[in-house]
Amino acid sequence: MNELIASVFETPVINYRQLSPILIILGAAVISVLVEAFVPRANRRVVQLVLVFLALITAIIWAVTGAGQQAITGEGAIAVDGPGTFLQITILIVSVFVAMLMAENRLDPAGDAFTARANSLPGSEDEREYTNRGWTTTELWPLFLFSVGGMLLFVVANDLLILFVALEVMSLPLYLMAAIARRRRLLSQEAAMKYFLLGAFGSAFFLYGSAMAYGFAGSIRLGDIANAISALPGPNGLIIAAVALLSVGMFFKIAAVPFHMWAPDVYVGAPSPVTAFMASCVKIAGVGVLLRVMYVAFSGLAWDWRPLFWIVSIVTMLVATILALTQTDIKRMLAYSSISHAGFLLIAVIALNPQGIASTLIYLVVYATATVGAFGIVTLVRGPSGEATHLSQWAGLGKRSPLVAGGFAILLLSFAGIPLTAGFIGKFTVFGAGIAGGATPVVIVGAVASMIAAFFYVRVIVLMFFTDPAEDGPTVVTPSPFTGIAISVSVILTVIFGIFPQPLIELAEKASIFIR
Amino acid sequence: MTPEYYIILSAILFTLGALGFLVRRNAIIVFMCVELMLNASNLAFVGFANQWGNLDGQTIAFYVMVVAAAEVVVGLAIILMIYRTRRSASVDEPNLLKF
Repeated sequence: MNELIASVFETPVINYRQLSPILIILGAAVISVLVEAFVPRANRRVVQLVLVFLALITAIIWAVTGAGQQAITGEGAIAVDGPGTFLQITILIVSVFVAMLMAENRLDPAGDAFTARANSLPGSEDEREYTNRGWTTTELWPLFLFSVGGMLLFVVANDLLILFVALEVMSLPLYLMAAIARRRRLLSQEAAMKYFLLGAFGSAFFLYGSAMAYGFAGSIRLGDIANAISALPGPNGLIIAAVALLSVGMFFKIAAVPFHMWAPDVYVGAPSPVTAFMASCVKIAGVGVLLRVMYVAFSGLAWDWRPLFWIVSIVTMLVATILALTQTDIKRMLAYSSISHAGFLLIAVIALNPQGIASTLIYLVVYATATVGAFGIVTLVRGPSGEATHLSQWAGLGKRSPLVAGGFAILLLSFAGIPLTAGFIGKFTVFGAGIAGGATPVVIVGAVASMIAAFFYVRVIVLMFFTDPAEDGPTVVTPSPFTGIAISVSVILTVIFGIFPQPLIELAEKASIFIR
Repeated sequence: MTPEYYIILSAILFTLGALGFLVRRNAIIVFMCVELMLNASNLAFVGFANQWGNLDGQTIAFYVMVVAAAEVVVGLAIILMIYRTRRSASVDEPNLLKF
């Protein structure tokens, strides 16, 4: 009898050591929900902050000490491999700095960047009363931890169901986080609705693509799908549909043109620390997964999907760059800049060689580093009604506060890919991988796009340093150490990666093999 | 039994959902169209599970239902918040961000 049961129910082999960073973060998220329920409001903020930073740092330590032990675990559903671990550690470290931006509470006289109570009507008597009591939305922290946990799972998922579930665990909290800005709440709510509807639309495409892939291969494991593709005698409609739908789903997440329409609106409407989180961590997770799915599952179909990716990459770089030229709002400009980076990252996906993986990892690190700092600086420049994001308000900032403007200039130069900044290393390695992978025309377009892009980044620098400040211009508020540290580290790392890129490149090359 | 008809039905439902998403203006209806797309995927998963004779597809359908339920919670919260603020659930009306 026992033998019969044993043959039916096999205990799944789950390697908890490899999963520990994910489990720590999700465990902390659950505790964080309990903190919301049981800790008095006055102490919640402090307790949540201690919990969040403790969890993030513990998870980083576990992930770093466990790096190098590659394994397929969770009965084949999770592949903790080089790129997966590298991206997990990157996401965790970037999250620490994003959490610092979110914890900032000295910029706004009323408190931090989040509304006193999300369910009070904007402009109502209730809202004023809650604000006067000094309340804030501490529910942010459990949402943040769940989202980080989802990302950590997303980048190591080895089957399409785990990918879908992780995608939702990552996205659902983000929709809510976008909705809770303290200032301009109508914009924030509108951003949340757009993000939610288009995000859900993208997820639905992803899921239907998974269904098609399952119908084709009879399995949802990426490795099994790759095997079924290599055994394929001729063209097959199901798998082509699967590749197309899955790509569309992921293009939505990384905001590649033509699936980018939500990004500028959402980046502008969401509270800036949350925007920093979306622009850095979500992009890391989304591109990481795109890379894994294309390299592990669909590399056998490269001839079919490469032309599509060529077009999306070229269109993304050109359209985003040209639209960025016409923007008058700093957050919107950064949003289009972030979209154009998705195009550059797609070059590495097209390359389909180990260099492509390593260069994506490098590019994601330098991009996320600069992004966190840039949105951090956006939170510092404030007028009477909150952040001053109109470009004209940034005129003459370099004369009024050279340190902040100088830091912002370095980050913009890094976005533009000017030598001696980290961005140059990112673009250089990605273009190198693209040429090695036979995508020279896309690389040429990429080079042209980065030249056009350099123009609008430099335009902001000129505006900051070589024009006179307006009379009633915004002030640069002195932040608490939280934001101060996050921005300084971002700027310093951007310079260090630019001058001494070798350790980063070696680390990324060592981590550049997917297992299946 | 051929699962073909189920797959065709699911493709039709998915297309209807996608079209509805693009043309309808009420946020609740738009949201229901997304749910229709998710359930079309479920139908495809179950149909394919029958074809392949394994249980993966049916198990996935359960997971998708749970995820869809979570999505409803988040989605309705956001739509309700917008409705309380503006007394309207049209996806065209909130357009402060178009500039």
